[in-house]
Amino acid sequence: MKIAGLDIGSRTVKLVVMDDSKILLKKKALNSYDPLNIVFNLLDSISYDYMVATGYGRHLVSEILSCTTISEIKAFAIGSRAINSSCRAVLDIGGQDTKVIHINEKGEVIKFEMNDKCAAGTGRFLEIMAHALNYNNIDEFSKAACSATKAETINNMCTVFAESEVISLISRGAKREEVALGIHKTIVGRSLGLLNRVAPSGDVVFAGGVALNECVQRLIIQELKRSVLVPPDPQIVGAYGAALYGQTKKMK
Amino acid sequence: MSDYNQMWSELGLDLEAHDVLLSVLGDAYQNIFMTQKNRPEGMKYFDFVMGEVHGLRIKELIDAKVQGRKVIGSYCVFVPEELILAVDSISVGLCAGAEFNFEGAEQVLPRNICALIKSAFGFKLGRVCPYIEACDLVVGENTCDGKKKAYEVLSSYIKDLYIIDLPQTKSNTGKMLLKGEYLKFIAKLEEISGKKITYENFKKAIDIVNAKRKAVLRLAELRKATPVPISGLDSLLINQIFFYDDPVRFTNSVNALCDELEERIKKGEGVFPEGTVRVIISGCPMAVPNWKVPYIVETSGAAIVGEESCVGERGTRWLTETKNSTTVEDLLENITDRYFKIDCAIFTPNPSRLDHIKEMFEKYYAKGIIHYNLQFCQPYIIESGPVEADLENNNIPTLRLETDYSQEDINQLKTRIEAFIERIKG
Repeated sequence: MKIAGLDIGSRTVKLVVMDDSKILLKKKALNSYDPLNIVFNLLDSISYDYMVATGYGRHLVSEILSCTTISEIKAFAIGSRAINSSCRAVLDIGGQDTKVIHINEKGEVIKFEMNDKCAAGTGRFLEIMAHALNYNNIDEFSKAACSATKAETINNMCTVFAESEVISLISRGAKREEVALGIHKTIVGRSLGLLNRVAPSGDVVFAGGVALNECVQRLIIQELKRSVLVPPDPQIVGAYGAALYGQTKKMK
Repeated sequence: MSDYNQMWSELGLDLEAHDVLLSVLGDAYQNIFMTQKNRPEGMKYFDFVMGEVHGLRIKELIDAKVQGRKVIGSYCVFVPEELILAVDSISVGLCAGAEFNFEGAEQVLPRNICALIKSAFGFKLGRVCPYIEACDLVVGENTCDGKKKAYEVLSSYIKDLYIIDLPQTKSNTGKMLLKGEYLKFIAKLEEISGKKITYENFKKAIDIVNAKRKAVLRLAELRKATPVPISGLDSLLINQIFFYDDPVRFTNSVNALCDELEERIKKGEGVFPEGTVRVIISGCPMAVPNWKVPYIVETSGAAIVGEESCVGERGTRWLTETKNSTTVEDLLENITDRYFKIDCAIFTPNPSRLDHIKEMFEKYYAKGIIHYNLQFCQPYIIESGPVEADLENNNIPTLRLETDYSQEDINQLKTRIEAFIERIKG
């Protein structure tokens, strides 16, 4: 039986199709003003028997695609656990939210928290800062940050205020890559604060689109005094978890 | 509805803005309450009251004023309704639960102030609340810093604003302060109404309010049943109407509803499908029409079986003792005893609130606590940290939410609430 997991995030839509325990297919697409259309394109010519949707757009598709929905908390918990069976903490930094999930030894969610309702300290924050510093893309921005030997301090977490702070730092002659490193450090500090509060112990899986950012990855591994695993494709952990949930549901 | 236009305009309402408010309120009510399945028949009375919340009830207030009775508005469960009733006056709650005219409120208040206060100002400055316009006296109280400083600002917009001071510790001196404040309040009420508080009218007022609280406590008790015979939304609505309606009529209607619910329980009838998870909401008060979080909770697979809130059990759980009392002084002492027990987060420390949350968790067979915070409500936000830690340590799953009156965070709240329900369902 082919089970699909669909994760409709704020910035990207992710799809995983599984047959038994094998991943048959992984697909990603940037989200837009018309998420339904993105989903339809992504599903074009793909066959599956049962679907589980997650992510902020899950309710948008539940009726149209007649699929089951689970929260992204549950999806990430299941996905991370499957990637690392000793995982007890998940840090997911996505396009518009950051979440931390604490898992017990049985794989059950025992606590979770998400950032406030604004996108401070998320993927979108990084994108806007990269733009403010005139980097062409996140990759370039992250590499520049990695090359800096010291960091400027960024005090604002609000995207709008941080942008003006960055501009005023630059106009005062601060080095671009040092500002870039400062921005990355701010995000990491905030995320680790949340992680250490909600899931203070155990192996960590670091997932979500921001886990692809080399500089964030490096800083997190450096500063966190516990085992951190970044999955090879950290963006699909939610979709993978949704598909796995679908499997257990169908086996019952 | 147009019958009331003249009354509203005589009260000085901004009719156009008021129409907008009523239409938004009506739509919200329709979508949130009338779509619920298998509601008890007894809810029809409360639907009617809500339908007439700015109509018939206001007309009753105006008619009473014509007969020489006074209308006293207040914003807090520390203002004793018994004292107001004793001088043959009418008590109405003025707290507001909608994001209305926040621009107007922000002209005179800082932006970073809780939605409850901002909303009260928005309603007053936007001239859309017939209750406050019908009041002969508005009573404020020194609870949180936000409210007590906001009353200073409010005083320039209200012809007679009276402030009750409140203690912040459950000490003997704190209690003496409260009693002294109630004594002063009696003098104010007697002056406004031209009536004296006697043992007889005081005792009668206490009996009326005790009966009203007993009725809502009876309702609370019935929510222990599985399946739960009434939704959390409907129960919250009743607790909200508690502050507006004629107390005797309200009591009779709640009791009639409870009779019906007892029949339902006997037949095993409920409002939610089997397996619906039971939760308790604890925290900041939810004034009409603040139904956002309960609506999300109850459309996400959980049932709310209790409210640890001023609009809920925190406000209603104690009755006033009248046995062995023979004088006004005795009754004043008993009233003070009763109100002094309220475990509002303005008190430091405030351990009985935490005990009460745990007690409710057990009593109503809940699976989790949703701690509801209004953004910028310092006392409850600060208290929520230790409360959450203690509950989790006692294996009581807890979800802390912080929100306001806006609708923009519904999706984020829904994700958290659904994930919490998944967590406690296991």
